[in-house]
Amino acid sequence: MVDIAFGPTPGPRPDVNDPRGAYLEMVRRKRMYGGILMLLFMALLYSGWVMADARNAGGFWDGLPNVFDFPSEVVAEAWQKLALLPPIFIEHIPALIETLNIAAVSTLLGALFAVALSLLATRGLARWPRLIPVFRRTMDAMRAVPEIVIALVLIYILGGGPVPAVIAIALHTGGALGKQFSEVAENADLKPIEGLQSVGGNWMQRMWLGVMPQVAPNWLSYALLRFEINVRASAILGFVGEGGIGHDLKLAMQWGQGRYDQVVAIFALLFLAIVVVDQISDHFRHKLVKGH
Amino acid sequence: MIMTANAVQQNSSLHNTVLQGFARKRRIAFAAPLLILAYLIYAAISFDLAGLAARARMDNAAILLSDFWSHKTHVTRDNRSGQVVVAIEGENKGTYPKGMLPEWVTMNGGVTTIDLGTGHIVTYDDAGARFVVPSYGTINIREVNGKPVMDAPLPIPDWISVASNKVSVTTDAGRFSYSRSKVETFKYQAGWELWFFTLDSPFYGKSLGQNVYLATIGPRVDENRTNFGYMLSEWWNNRMWQHGVVLWAIFETILMAFLGTMSAAIVSLPIGFLAASNFNPFGAARGAVRRVLDFVRGVDGLIWTVILSRAFGPGPMTGAIAIALTDTGSFGKMFSEALENIDEKQVEGVRSTGANAFQRARFGVIPQVMPVLLAQVLYYLESNTRSATVIGAIVGGGIGLLLTQAIVTQKDWEEVAYYMVLIVLMVMMMDSLSGWLRRKLIKGE
Repeated sequence: MVDIAFGPTPGPRPDVNDPRGAYLEMVRRKRMYGGILMLLFMALLYSGWVMADARNAGGFWDGLPNVFDFPSEVVAEAWQKLALLPPIFIEHIPALIETLNIAAVSTLLGALFAVALSLLATRGLARWPRLIPVFRRTMDAMRAVPEIVIALVLIYILGGGPVPAVIAIALHTGGALGKQFSEVAENADLKPIEGLQSVGGNWMQRMWLGVMPQVAPNWLSYALLRFEINVRASAILGFVGEGGIGHDLKLAMQWGQGRYDQVVAIFALLFLAIVVVDQISDHFRHKLVKGH
Repeated sequence: MIMTANAVQQNSSLHNTVLQGFARKRRIAFAAPLLILAYLIYAAISFDLAGLAARARMDNAAILLSDFWSHKTHVTRDNRSGQVVVAIEGENKGTYPKGMLPEWVTMNGGVTTIDLGTGHIVTYDDAGARFVVPSYGTINIREVNGKPVMDAPLPIPDWISVASNKVSVTTDAGRFSYSRSKVETFKYQAGWELWFFTLDSPFYGKSLGQNVYLATIGPRVDENRTNFGYMLSEWWNNRMWQHGVVLWAIFETILMAFLGTMSAAIVSLPIGFLAASNFNPFGAARGAVRRVLDFVRGVDGLIWTVILSRAFGPGPMTGAIAIALTDTGSFGKMFSEALENIDEKQVEGVRSTGANAFQRARFGVIPQVMPVLLAQVLYYLESNTRSATVIGAIVGGGIGLLLTQAIVTQKDWEEVAYYMVLIVLMVMMMDSLSGWLRRKLIKGE
C-alpha cells in the first residue's frame, strides 16, 4: 500500500518508529502553508491599497497631513461663534428626532416582519413546514438589497420625506433580524409547545404562549442592537437621500465656509445621540441576556 | 390533614404573590402592544403619512416598471428639415446610422411608415402624419399655417389629447405626438436593447448561431484580431451600457469593503489586547484605549466619511479608510471582549514551558480566539459590501456613485435596474463567499 502511494523507491515516507519526528514534520508543513497563505494575503492587501490609492483623486501621503485640516478649520470657526451654538443645537433637534423616529419605526416594523418570518422559517415551529425554504429565501433577498437602492427608488416614486427611508430600513431589518430570530427560535425548548398542543392550542396560541416567553429576552436584545445600527443607517440615508439630520448635514456642508458652526452642531448632536442610544441599549441588553 | 394557622397564612401570601405576578404580567402584555401602537400612530402623523398619497407619483412607478423590462425606440421627424431619426431610448448612442433601420420602419422617399404591431400603423408624409388605430379609425393630422390640425372620428376618446400646438395619442402599442417642431412615435419592446452590441458593431443584429459561428470557426471580421476577442472588446466597450465601467465599479466596491475590513481587523488585534483587562494590567491605559474606541465608534461612519473625503478627495481609497476607521472601533471592542473570555488554562500550560509573553499570546491565546474573530471579520466583510455601496455614493467611488447618478438623472431606469441586479448579485456572492470561508477556516471542513 505504502509503495503504491509513495512509489517503489525508498524515500520520504512516514516512519512508524519516529512519531515525534513525523509530528514535527507535520507542524513544520502546516506552518509553512500558513505562512504562505499569510504572505499571499498580505500581498493582496498591499496591492489592493496601491490600486485604491491610484484610482483615488488625492493620494494617501498627500492627504494624510490634511486629515485634521477640515476638522480644525470647522472647530476654529465654531469656536469664534461659540455663543451662537446653543440656538443652532435647538434648531436641529427636530431633524435629530426625525432620524431617531425613522430608526425606531423601521426597527419596530422590521421586527414585526422578522417575528412572523422567523417563526414560519424555523424547523419544528413552522406553520407550513414545506414552505420553510420559501420564507428563508425571502429573508435572504430582503437582506441582500442595500437600503440605499430601495430608498432612492422610493424617493422617486413617493417623493421625499422620511417614509422611503423607513420602508428601506424596515425591509432590510426584517431580513437581518429574521435570520437572527430564527437562530434563537431553533434552540427553543419544544416541550411547552407540545404541552399546549395536547390541550388543543392552535398555532398562534402555541407560538404566543409557548415560544415567545422563551425567546423574548434574546429577541429583544437583538432588536435593540439592530436599533443602534438603524440609527446610523437612517443618518447616512438622510445624507444620500432625504430626511432627518443627515439631510441637514448635507445642506450645511454645501453652504461650506462661514456656516461651519452648523456642521459642528450637527456633528455634536449626532455623536451625542449615537453615544446615548448605544449606552442605553447596552444597559438593557446586559439586563436582558444576563438577567441583572 | 390539619394545617397550622401559620402554614395557611404562608400559603395564602404565596398565593397572593403569584396572583400579583400574573396580574402584572397581564398588564404588561396589554400595555406593551398599546404603547407600540400609540407610538406608531404618532410616527404616522409626524411622517405625514396622509399627505403621502397626494405626493406619490404612480406614473413614475409605471415608467420605472416598464423600463425594468422593456425599452422604447423613438422615431422622430424634424418638421422643419424633414429629417427622420430612429434612436433607441432617444439617445445619441442608440441612433441608427444612415441606411440602417429596424424592420418595422420603412422609408420611401418622403414617406415613413412605422408598424407598431396589431394593426397600428403610423405614416409620416409631406402633408403631415396619419395614425391608423384598428378598433377606432384613422387619425389624420395636417399642418395648416404652421399648426397641427387633427381630423379623427368623433367623439374624440380621452386617450387622444388635443391642444392648440400639440396632439398626443397614447395606445397600448405605442405613443405618438405631433407638435409644430416635430412628430414623434415611441414603440415599446421587451428586453434591454443593445445589451450585447451597439448598432455600429459588426456583430449587431446577428443571431446567436451566427455569432457563435463567427466566434469559433468563421472568417475574421477584422484581419488583426480574432472574432472572439473583437466581440469581447465590443461588449466591454459597449457605449450604451458601459459594461467595462460598471464591472470596474463593482470591483471597486468590493475592494473598498475588503481593504476596509481586513485592515481594520489587523489594526484591531493589538488594540484588542491593549483593551482587555486580563492582558493590560494598567487600568488607566486600558481605560484610555477603550475611550478612544468608544469615540471612534460614536463618531459615526457618516462623519468619518465626510471628514476623510475632504482630506483624500473622492475615490475608493477614501471609502476604504472610512470603513477601516469605523470598523476598528467595533472590532477593537469585540476582540477585547473575546480575549477577556478565554480559557486561562491553556495560557498556563504554555507559560509552564517557559514561554515569554509574546509566545504565550501566539500559542496560548490566538488559537483559542481565532475562530471567533474570523467569524466576526467575515460577517463584517459581507455587511461592509453593502455599506460600501452607500459610502461609495458619498465618496464618489464604485457602483454606489453610478447608481445615485443614474437615479438622479431620472431617465435611464433600465440602467438603474441593471445596477440593482448587479448589486444584489454582488452582495449574494460575498454572502456565500464569506459563508464558505467561515466553514473552511473555522470548522475545517
